[in-house]
Amino acid sequence: MSRLQKLVIGRVSLGILTLFVVSALMFVGIELLPGDLAQQILGQSATESTLAAFRAELGLDQPAHLRYLDWLGGVLRGDFGTSLASGREVSELLGPRLANTMFLATYAAVIAAPLAVILGLLAALWRNTLFDRGVNLTALSAISMPEFFVGYVLILFLSIKAGVFPTLARIDSATGLWDALYRSFLPALTLILVVVAHMMRMTRAAIINVLASPYIEMARLKGVPRWRIIVQHALPNALAPIINVVALNLAYLVVGVVVVEVVFSYPGLGQLLVDAVSSRDFPVVQAVGLFFAAVYITLNVLADIISIMSNPRLRHGR
Amino acid sequence: MGNLLNIRGLRLEAGSRARPNVILKGLDLELDRGEVLGLVGESGAGKSSAGLAAMGYVRDGVRFAGGSVEFDGAELIGMGRGQLRRLHGKRIAYVAQSAAASFNPAKTLIDQYTEAPRLHGVSGRATAEEDAVALYRQMQLPNPEEIGFRYPHQVSGGQLQRTMTAMAMACRPDLIIFDEPTTALDVTTQIEVLGAIRDIVEQYDTAAIYITHDLAVVSQMADRICVMKDGEAVETAPTKTMLDAPQEDYTRSLWAVRSFRRPDAEAGEAQALIRCEGVSAAYGPMTVLDNLNFTFPRGQTTAVVGESGSGKSTLARVIAGLLPPALGQFFWNDAPLEPRLAKRDPATLRNIQMIYQSADTSLNPRHNIREILTRPVRKFTGRKGQELRARVEELMDLVDLDRAFLDRKPSELSGGQKQRVGIARALAAEPEFIICDEVTSALDQLVAEGILRLLVRLQTELDLTFMFITHDLATVEAIAHKVIVLKNGQIVEQGGRDEIFGDPKQAYTKRLLTSVPQMDPEWLTEARARERSLREAQ
Amino acid sequence: MKSLLKSAPPSAIFGMVVLAIVAFTGIFAPFVAPYGETQVVGDAYLPWSAAHPLGTDNLGRDMLSRMIFGARNTVGLALLTTAISFSVGSTLGMLAALKGGWLDEVLSRLVDVLMAVPPLILALMLLAIVGPSIPNMVGVIAVIYVAPVYRLSRAAAMNVVGLDFVEAAKLRGERTPWLLRREILPNIWSTLIAEFGVRFCFVFLFIAALSFLGIGIQPPTADWGSMVKENATLISFGDITPLIPAAAIALLTVAINLIVDWMLHRASGLKS
Repeated sequence: MSRLQKLVIGRVSLGILTLFVVSALMFVGIELLPGDLAQQILGQSATESTLAAFRAELGLDQPAHLRYLDWLGGVLRGDFGTSLASGREVSELLGPRLANTMFLATYAAVIAAPLAVILGLLAALWRNTLFDRGVNLTALSAISMPEFFVGYVLILFLSIKAGVFPTLARIDSATGLWDALYRSFLPALTLILVVVAHMMRMTRAAIINVLASPYIEMARLKGVPRWRIIVQHALPNALAPIINVVALNLAYLVVGVVVVEVVFSYPGLGQLLVDAVSSRDFPVVQAVGLFFAAVYITLNVLADIISIMSNPRLRHGR
Repeated sequence: MGNLLNIRGLRLEAGSRARPNVILKGLDLELDRGEVLGLVGESGAGKSSAGLAAMGYVRDGVRFAGGSVEFDGAELIGMGRGQLRRLHGKRIAYVAQSAAASFNPAKTLIDQYTEAPRLHGVSGRATAEEDAVALYRQMQLPNPEEIGFRYPHQVSGGQLQRTMTAMAMACRPDLIIFDEPTTALDVTTQIEVLGAIRDIVEQYDTAAIYITHDLAVVSQMADRICVMKDGEAVETAPTKTMLDAPQEDYTRSLWAVRSFRRPDAEAGEAQALIRCEGVSAAYGPMTVLDNLNFTFPRGQTTAVVGESGSGKSTLARVIAGLLPPALGQFFWNDAPLEPRLAKRDPATLRNIQMIYQSADTSLNPRHNIREILTRPVRKFTGRKGQELRARVEELMDLVDLDRAFLDRKPSELSGGQKQRVGIARALAAEPEFIICDEVTSALDQLVAEGILRLLVRLQTELDLTFMFITHDLATVEAIAHKVIVLKNGQIVEQGGRDEIFGDPKQAYTKRLLTSVPQMDPEWLTEARARERSLREAQ
Repeated sequence: MKSLLKSAPPSAIFGMVVLAIVAFTGIFAPFVAPYGETQVVGDAYLPWSAAHPLGTDNLGRDMLSRMIFGARNTVGLALLTTAISFSVGSTLGMLAALKGGWLDEVLSRLVDVLMAVPPLILALMLLAIVGPSIPNMVGVIAVIYVAPVYRLSRAAAMNVVGLDFVEAAKLRGERTPWLLRREILPNIWSTLIAEFGVRFCFVFLFIAALSFLGIGIQPPTADWGSMVKENATLISFGDITPLIPAAAIALLTVAINLIVDWMLHRASGLKS
């Protein structure tokens, strides 16, 4: 097995391990609560007999590690248990919302990623020009704004004042694609603005870093034209950091969805998570949290693997 | 008037226009076709900037502020980008100091070789590749057929530097700028690269500007030498004249440095202060030192010489207690020396001091000189109040530094001054033994000589024992009583200075000695012949 | 100091002015605010008037007074949280860099796990367990942000511990506290200060977001995040009042980012 394969396999297994650790920590955290879950949910006034019945219902009479393994087995089969708040199957709650969240995230990503890379590239090439400064200042401001501020400003101007888009992004399984795209335009735009700012700044930094390398000066002194220096010498070396930046920001985007969904009452996982946290509906929190963590970890692992694969020292060995 | 390149009154500036930092203040240079001009100077003399300016190129933040650069009748300053680009790589080429950083890591060597010929319409890819292989062969690279298809990180430093020279040759330019091409290499590698560069430049009758700080190297390579100082040319003359009869005081002082020898080199027998018996050391699974046996005679300087990776700095770390030996034992005045730093008693800590290579990293930039010296004096000697202050001032006198420097930060001092503070800090402990780790390697020659003289004086005054680690044999010859030659963690040979330099027994020592560039212009030719016969003998 | 301020670009001066105003109103909130933090002064959603320059909120409390107290609560808590995560994170980071070995290994792996989970999700999950309250929120966010601070200070300290002056101090027999405080800290100080600014922004936005989601600072405590949430209904009537606390959050974050940008620029300029 080559060093490259070893590194990649190592990174993937580390990602999976992390996911297990996170799920276990969550479990241990609930375990460490003063009293137990039944007590927490039913309150101090509950009688001993109701508590006992509730414990049996939750399976709390089993030892902790067995319950963890039981839960883990369920997760692998797609069974996340029952919601404490609504009594419905968690997987049933999750299904349509998962699709909605992925739709929104993809929507934003498809527009944000190319836009950010192009802006970052141009800002790096035209460093210290008016364009660069303008883009930078805008990006800095966008990063500094809370997502809900951007969201409400967009609602105020594009929805209330101009009346172009709906205030609330209500979509369900019956909504057609174009209609869905239209209704969720404002939440998508909010995400795009915030993510493009981050991604563009990081892309710019990555390219400037590469352009400062001695081999770029060498290429100039060989009489290589500017566009060719960019395409042949800078990009192959900047590609890995850029893809890395994109993957990292997509991870950020998936998480940023939470606040945006609440602002626009978008029926996705984020809103479900926030509601579940408020009502301390642990099976739902566990399931949604695990999903977000999984997406985040996967994208991060992907970013790492791409950097490993594109490193010529690793790709070509010694 | 040179018939290829004429630089007249060239002025380069950096920084703000109102208060510019002047890099070149009116430099004049000329160069004929096929001529090699050596550009020599200490750091900050402006020689690299001059080399780039000869290509009509300045780095970011630097600008042409006057004068002219005329290449083959065409003015390069203010020339259009496109026109300049047609010259670069085709008629004027560049070889950088760090080949490892100047090759694109994502492309093969031959890919980068063929780029210029294809772009400039000199030849197609296939022809260029054949040509590359031929040049690689001429440059005596191993596996010339195959080496070009490797990536930069797969090739050693010396080979990479030759590959870069071949790349510069690709369009058979009229002029090549060599910017310190062998500075980063070990001496035994340097000699191969120097030879290869000289052959190829002679063969194609290419003109070159060879930039270096090393006088001995430049006298091998150049037909004519220009000595630069502070952005100006001090003196220019044909190599032979320049070596035999330098006119200017500055030039003469540069030449004189290399002849410094300590007056008391014959020290005779002395008792061992430190004895090393069967010491081996390892970083994890990698053995770095392998069964070393030697002594450091009291009151003398023992030089430990070796190329990079020989383990000489590791040896210093082991003696200092930072890396306990895996096997073996040190003795201090015949008593066992505690191997671990944490377990050493205060007297041992005090007695073994260290001076480092880079004065920039050996002094905490956030402390002023007074703080840097006060702490060890207080810690090791327990002095307080007025006595403490007086001792710190005395230390400054000892290393010939003005007391006014006490309240300055290291960044406000020159390299040589910082190194003196480093020495004063070591002396603050009032030690018997000092490890000097490449203490002059980062300094310009004139400054380095001052430090060597200071160390010799302190040694006699304070009866110090020195372990002097260096890769530079000229320094060893100047300062050592005893020499230990290290290679791959083993001692190749040890003995008195005259013994090692006059009558080396081992082939490696011989090779090391012949690889040290000499001021004699014939040295390279003779050294290569010797090298060849040595190799045949093996 | 004077020349330092003089060299500051307009953007950084703007940042400092905003920071000063927020700090002043926050510190002197009870004296500056016309009404009490939770005092009901009239009907809900009163429009802007002389008596209530920003009108009243959903429970009839004076918006301006709540903005002023909000400055104290939101910014103060963010500052406290950042300070905790910084003192813990940077000490551990420097220690790991200096000592290496198993200590470094254990701490770094722990931090890897913490950083492998998105901060907002981790905070939501932890707060679901411990229940939302101000001390819980401060604790949870401080723990989460120890991780990046640890990584940064470890990396910065790594660049310093290898330098000869640290080795010289070790050879002198200096103990760990001296090495950390006198040899390493002064040399990574500027990096840490700039990072403090950046992290403060993150924490501040984070607290605002949690409060906006109803899981951070709990009513009736005035805070900029929950004020947006409480009055969001007004936006559908085209009233910008609920955007004012949100804009205040944005303004303060921009201000700090501008100052940090200038400091980083200065630091990189000094090096070259």
